Amino acid sequence: MLTRRTLLTLTAASPILAAGVFRAGDVKAATPKGVIVQAKQIDDLVSGFDPAEAYDITNLEVVPNLYRGLISPDPADNTKVVGDLAESWTVSKDGTTFTFKLKKDAKFPSGKAVTAEDAAFSFQRAIKLNKQPAFILSQFGYTKDNVDALISAQDSETLVMKLPAPVAPSFLLFCLTAPIGGVVEKATALAHEVNGDFGNGWLKLHSAGAGGYQMVEWVASDHVTLDANPHSGKPDQPRRIFIRHVPDPSAQLLMLQKGDADIARNLTPDLLKKAYAEKDFKVVSSGQAVSVYLAMNQAVPELQKLPVQQAIKWALDYDGIATNITPNMYSVAQGFLPPGLPGGLTDRLYKKDVAKAKKLLAEAGFPDGFEVTLDVPSSAPYADIGQAVQADLAQIGIKVTLVSGEMRQVMTKTRKRGHQLALLAWGTDYFDPYSNSQAFCENPDDGEDGKLKLLAWRNHFVDKELNDMSLAASKELDNDKRMAMYREMQLKFAERAPFAMMLQKIASAVMGKGVSGFVIGPQTGFTQYADIRKA
Amino acid sequence: MTRHPTVQMLIRLGTTVSSLAITMFGLVLVTFFIGRVIPIDPVLTILGDHARPELVERLRMELGLDKPLPVQFWIYLKNLLQGDLGRSVMTTNRVVDDIRLYFPATVELGTVAMIFATVAGIPLGVLSAVRRNSALDQAVRVFSLVGHSIPIPVLGLGSLLVFYAWLGWAPGTGRVGVGYVGLTPSVTGFLTVDALIAGDTEVFWDAAAHLMLPAGVLAYFSMAYISRMTRAFMIDALAGEYVITARAKGLSPARVIWRHAFGNIAVRLVTVLALTYAGLLEGAVVTEMIFSWPGIGQYLTVSLLNADMNAVIGATLLVGFVYMLLNLFADAAYRILDPRV
Repeated sequence: MLTRRTLLTLTAASPILAAGVFRAGDVKAATPKGVIVQAKQIDDLVSGFDPAEAYDITNLEVVPNLYRGLISPDPADNTKVVGDLAESWTVSKDGTTFTFKLKKDAKFPSGKAVTAEDAAFSFQRAIKLNKQPAFILSQFGYTKDNVDALISAQDSETLVMKLPAPVAPSFLLFCLTAPIGGVVEKATALAHEVNGDFGNGWLKLHSAGAGGYQMVEWVASDHVTLDANPHSGKPDQPRRIFIRHVPDPSAQLLMLQKGDADIARNLTPDLLKKAYAEKDFKVVSSGQAVSVYLAMNQAVPELQKLPVQQAIKWALDYDGIATNITPNMYSVAQGFLPPGLPGGLTDRLYKKDVAKAKKLLAEAGFPDGFEVTLDVPSSAPYADIGQAVQADLAQIGIKVTLVSGEMRQVMTKTRKRGHQLALLAWGTDYFDPYSNSQAFCENPDDGEDGKLKLLAWRNHFVDKELNDMSLAASKELDNDKRMAMYREMQLKFAERAPFAMMLQKIASAVMGKGVSGFVIGPQTGFTQYADIRKA
Repeated sequence: MTRHPTVQMLIRLGTTVSSLAITMFGLVLVTFFIGRVIPIDPVLTILGDHARPELVERLRMELGLDKPLPVQFWIYLKNLLQGDLGRSVMTTNRVVDDIRLYFPATVELGTVAMIFATVAGIPLGVLSAVRRNSALDQAVRVFSLVGHSIPIPVLGLGSLLVFYAWLGWAPGTGRVGVGYVGLTPSVTGFLTVDALIAGDTEVFWDAAAHLMLPAGVLAYFSMAYISRMTRAFMIDALAGEYVITARAKGLSPARVIWRHAFGNIAVRLVTVLALTYAGLLEGAVVTEMIFSWPGIGQYLTVSLLNADMNAVIGATLLVGFVYMLLNLFADAAYRILDPRV
């Protein structure tokens, strides 16, 4: 019979019994040989890994490890490109015909060589599928009706891309470095085609690329498993990459310390400090093509006045925010092209100057300030940055009411132009300056049915000169001249656009003991898992 | 007029089923409309913030979001009645398949936690009541209060720090070690059970060890509640005249406590246990996040943040259904435990 004594004994013994079960599990504190385990927040993975569809940050990092493009960014100089699958290329004098010669040694996991036919098919399917990133190619004038005629394989090694109108060569080449430029094995994709989807449904969860890895399994909010492409030509690469979803940064660091993870990807500033202090760990970081900005909707009469916009820009304590709120996470960047991106602006154009800001506000007719709302995402670090902006603007008399919401809620509101001030981030779509110059400067039709509802439209910002400069720069054939145009554009933008460009995101990763070769660049495509090594 | 027992049973069954149906319909209605009126554009999840207007409009039409809300609801309801919860835009899977994938992880964790909590909580509560105001009672009360007061993130991270990082007794996060992922074919979805079916004891022990820490954290939290409620019920019961009578009859203390007093609190305790279990099966979001446990709580939260409404409604319906099922179970248990009901 169960007596009190037995019960007491059992209860007292329960921690010992539990400990026994813990030990029975053969607790291992090292990742398997040849396997790289990354602890990362991967709940942003949405819609799978088809290069014609992937667009979220983690998707965009994984896809370039599954697929190779014709061109890739030059790791030594971000403003240049180098051939990946392409051995060489030529551009016709009028800038409308690009001819690529493919390397002969690139192979898909099936063992078959990558051909120009595969490349042509990949671009054609991306245009015909018309998923979210399709505009990166369709902006050159490709449509489902003309793409077959304009992009074709001359032979197995020669791909010809004709353009309906000339563009800056660097513009097209940089666009081809985006994941949508990844070459898919035609035979594999078509073998899994359902209802004319070019294998899109299958490629969401599988892969058919010549990258270093092939997709094994993705369980949303749990893990991604990639296995080495046996024909990648890199025999020393890790045989498996395992990305485990670890939402809590502290748990990521614990896993790294215990040897259960080789790389931790989302440590917070305080945890990064600890990681820096560990002699066996290596921290790598890089500025990203992601900008945090304060937008001023021109539908608000007070914000239409240029001195008011400038007053706000002079009132913000950029350095204070970067140092105190976002150390190691965001740095000050004041151009619409952050450093690291071709044309990136490193100049410091604004710093906190309360007297100057007050004077500008008085000139605008608001010596006592005014009231305005600021929509700000409730997540870190936006909520804290929002409060800092509120405090800074209070110093010049502008009374800011914070309207906090979930990130997508704030985005939804700004897409409907329902905000006054809004604090948000913008990540470039592809590694060319036009991605951001178009978003921030172009607004050819400010009406409700505008064709380009990007950031300028969302804030009723219409500036014909900047709009036309942005278009002209996208067609400039001389690259040096083109970059000079972006610099001039950014200086004008800083002076008169209703956007205070504040910060650039910094991504950091910590490699555990014996791990090397993990690289972070300004674009996710820089991170090639095949280069990671583990002692 | 007394009805025939079969008729009585049929009426009772009919009432139960119709009450279930009405509650589920209400849940669908409320969740659907909340999902549609929240100020987040579901198209954003699929296309992102940079999507071109024509693509946004095309998808809006494809998803039927351009139709009036009642029409959207009617379409959803029709599909639901055919067992189609729609497709998750986040995972690209059918929501039904996602539930099959994530819910067993929560059930496995919640059940182990519930067993721990019940085995520890009830005896502690009973002892505490029997030795009311003794040092033991005070210790149990403090222990319970601490369990119920410490925020789960602190408890979770603290336990990881002590048992995983310092003592090295427990494995880290996740359902199973990296080397064992994907080795066991999924039959039931419960990793420990599947490992046993496959005859892979190594995976079983690894999965069991991974369960201990998160289940322990949840169990501690739930045990605190169970032991406090048990104590309160028992104090009430021990003061009853029937207990005094039993003692006066010279029955052994154990018989008085377990048969007479505890037997009379069983009905109330069943409600506490059922609701606690329902709470655990709802998915302990924070625990799942700290321990990287791919359960329904985490699935629901991530879906909600991504405005993945098919997934949100599907998971919410599941949680509602589990609550109702456990309430029904409690009702049935009353009838067995108390003939007067």
